[in-house]
Amino acid sequence: MQVASGRFKQRAHDGLENPVLRNALLKSQGKFVVTRQQAFDELGNLGELRAAAAAVRDHTLERLDTYLTRFETEVRKAGGEVLWAQTAEDVQRLLHDICARHGVRLAVKSKSMVTEECEVNQALETAGIEVVETDLGEYILQLANEPPSHIVAPVVHKTKEEVAALFERHHGRPRLHDIPALCREAREVLRPKFLAADLGISGANFIIAETGTALIVTNEGNGRLATTLPRVHVAITGIEKVVPTLEDAALLLRLLTRSATGQPITNYVSLLTGPKRASDPDGPEHFYVILVDNGRSKLLGGELQPILRCIRCGACMNHCPVYQNVGGHAYGWVYPGPMGAVLTPSFVGLENARDLPDASTLCGACAAVCPVNIPLPDMLRQLRVQRMEKRLRPWTERAALKLWSWLAARPHIYGIATALAARLLHCFGGKTGLLHRLPFASGWTDGRDLPAPQGHTFRELYKQERQT
Amino acid sequence: MNARDAIFARIRQTLQTTDASAMETHLARHARGPLPTLSADLVTRFRECATRLESTVAGPLTAAEVPAAIARYLDEQKLPRRVVSWPGMASFDWKSAGVEIETRPARGDDLIGVTGVFCGIAETGTLMLLSGAQTPPTVSLLPETHIALLPVARIVAHMEDGFDLLRKEHGSVPRAINFVSGPSRTADIEQTVTLGAHGPYRVLIILTTG
Ligand code: SF4
Repeated sequence: MQVASGRFKQRAHDGLENPVLRNALLKSQGKFVVTRQQAFDELGNLGELRAAAAAVRDHTLERLDTYLTRFETEVRKAGGEVLWAQTAEDVQRLLHDICARHGVRLAVKSKSMVTEECEVNQALETAGIEVVETDLGEYILQLANEPPSHIVAPVVHKTKEEVAALFERHHGRPRLHDIPALCREAREVLRPKFLAADLGISGANFIIAETGTALIVTNEGNGRLATTLPRVHVAITGIEKVVPTLEDAALLLRLLTRSATGQPITNYVSLLTGPKRASDPDGPEHFYVILVDNGRSKLLGGELQPILRCIRCGACMNHCPVYQNVGGHAYGWVYPGPMGAVLTPSFVGLENARDLPDASTLCGACAAVCPVNIPLPDMLRQLRVQRMEKRLRPWTERAALKLWSWLAARPHIYGIATALAARLLHCFGGKTGLLHRLPFASGWTDGRDLPAPQGHTFRELYKQERQT
Repeated sequence: MNARDAIFARIRQTLQTTDASAMETHLARHARGPLPTLSADLVTRFRECATRLESTVAGPLTAAEVPAAIARYLDEQKLPRRVVSWPGMASFDWKSAGVEIETRPARGDDLIGVTGVFCGIAETGTLMLLSGAQTPPTVSLLPETHIALLPVARIVAHMEDGFDLLRKEHGSVPRAINFVSGPSRTADIEQTVTLGAHGPYRVLIILTTG
C-alpha cells in the first residue's frame, strides 16, 4: 500500500466531513467497547492475564534469534519451508518464485495485514495471477478497490447499501437488500474460487516455535478453506509473531479475541504445521512460511521495542477519540489508530509520517485497554521528541519551543514575560474579551475565537490570595 | 549476505544474549498462563458456552441412539437424510435409522458432514479436531451442516488440557488442529452478526456416553 501518511491533516479533514463514515464509526465503536468490556468482566483476572501476556512477548522478543531458529527447524521437520524477507519487495519476489514453481494461476487469500503491508495482491496480479480476497470485508474492499480502514473490521466505513450496490455491479445478479442475503451471495460466488484455487495465502496471528506451527483465527471459515483446499499454502507474517509454546499461544488467544471483538474465542482457530502427511486425505501438498522483517528488527533494543508485543487486536483504535472521528484511512497506511501512529513512522520513516505522532490527544485510553500493556502514549511522545530532533517541524514551532524552554528554565524572567503577555493579550481582547487571530498560532483561532486572558497570571493571583 | 543472515545479524546486534538455555527451560516447562476458574462442572459449562456460541447441543445419548437422533434432526431442519462422514462412523447402524452415509473427505456440494472430535473444551464450548487419515478436516468445514459426536468423558476444562491430551495420546501435532466454536459467522457488514459465512450454517453437537 502506498504511504500517504504525510497528509494526515488533509485526510483527517476528509474523514471529518464524511457523515456516513462518522455515523458508522460511532455505531461500531459502541459495540466494540461494550462487548470487549463484557468479555473481560466474565474473565475476572484481566490484570494478571495482561501482565503474563506482556511477559511472554518480552521473553520471546529478547531471544528472538533463538526462537526464530527453533521455529525454522520445526517447520522443516514437518516438511515445510521458512522463507525470509527483509522488505516488501522480497515478499513479492518469493511469492512469484513459489507461483512459478507450482504453476499457480489462481490464489485465494485469507485476511492478513502483513500482506497489505507488502502489497501482495498488486504484485501477483501484475504477474498474471488472479488473487481473490475471501474474508467478506476484504472481498468488499477488493471489489471497491479500497484499502481497509480498520485492522479487524476492514469495511467499518461502508453501509449495507453501498455493499449491495457493489455486489449488483460485480456479480451481475439482482440487487439485494438484507445482510444475510449479501453474505450468502458472497459465499456462493467465493466457494468455487476456493475449490479451484492453486494457492492459499494467509497471515498468521502467531507462529509457535515449539511445534513449527502457524496459528490462524477467523470467524468466517475462509482461513480454514484457504489453508485446506489449495495445493499450496503460504503463510506470511512478521518475525515478531513468534511465541514459544502452545500454552503461550493459548494465553495470548484468550486476550486477542476478547480484545478484538469481545468473543471468548473466534469460531475457528487453526494450528497448521507442515504440508499434508503421507496418510492425510486432504490438505496442501506444500507449506511455506514467509517471515517478514520490513523494519521490525530496527525496533528491537530501542525505546519503541514494546510495540513489537502488539497482537493486532484493534482495541486501541476502538477506544481512540481521534480514530473514532477521522477513521482509519486518515492514517494513510496499513495500520491505523494509536498502534498505527507508532508503527507507521517506524516502518516508513518519520519524515513520511510526520503528523502521525500528533494523531492522539494522549488521553491514555489506548494504553488502558491494550492487552499486552503497550505504553502507546509514551511512545507517541517519544516520536514527537525524535521529530523535533530531526528538525521535522516548522522553524516557527521549533523557535517557539526553544524560547519557551529557555524561559521555563528561568522562573524569574518567566514570571515577568507571562505577566506581560497576559496584559497584552487582555488589551487585544478588547471589550469582547475574545481573540480572533493569533500570529503563528492560527490553528487555535481559525475555527473559533480564543478567550483572552483576564490580565493576571496564575502566579500573581496565587500570591495575592496568600497575602489576604 | 542473504535475507536470512541480514535479518539475524540485525536482531543479534540488539540483543543482550544469544544463549539458548532460557528458551530451552521455557519450552520444556509448558507453563500455563493464568486460567479462568470454571464455576460449573465441565459438561454443564460446555453445554452453556457452546449454546451461547449458537451451536445446538443434544444428548447425552448412547452410541446406539445416535443415528435415529440425527435422522430426527435432519427431518426437523428439512434436510435430506444423506450425510458424508469420517471412516470410523461407518459402524453405526445408519440403515435402520434411514440415513444414507458415505465415508470420505467432503466435496464442495455435500450438505451434511458428521464427525467425531478429539475433545471438547468446556471453557469456551469449543470442539477440538485433529486432521488425519481417519479424520479428514473437510467434513467439518465444507457442508452447510456440521454434526459432531462428543463423548462426555472427552470434555476437558481448557485448551491447555487439550494440548496435554494431544501430547499424551499422539506425541506430536498433526498437520491441522482445528478449534471449532459454533457455526461460521461474519460481522463485517455494519457489525451485524450473520451466521453461515464460508463454513457451516449450523453445528449440532451430540454428547455421547459409553
Ligand atoms: S497496540 Fe495493543 S491494543 Fe493496539 S492493536 Fe496492538 S495489542 Fe491491540
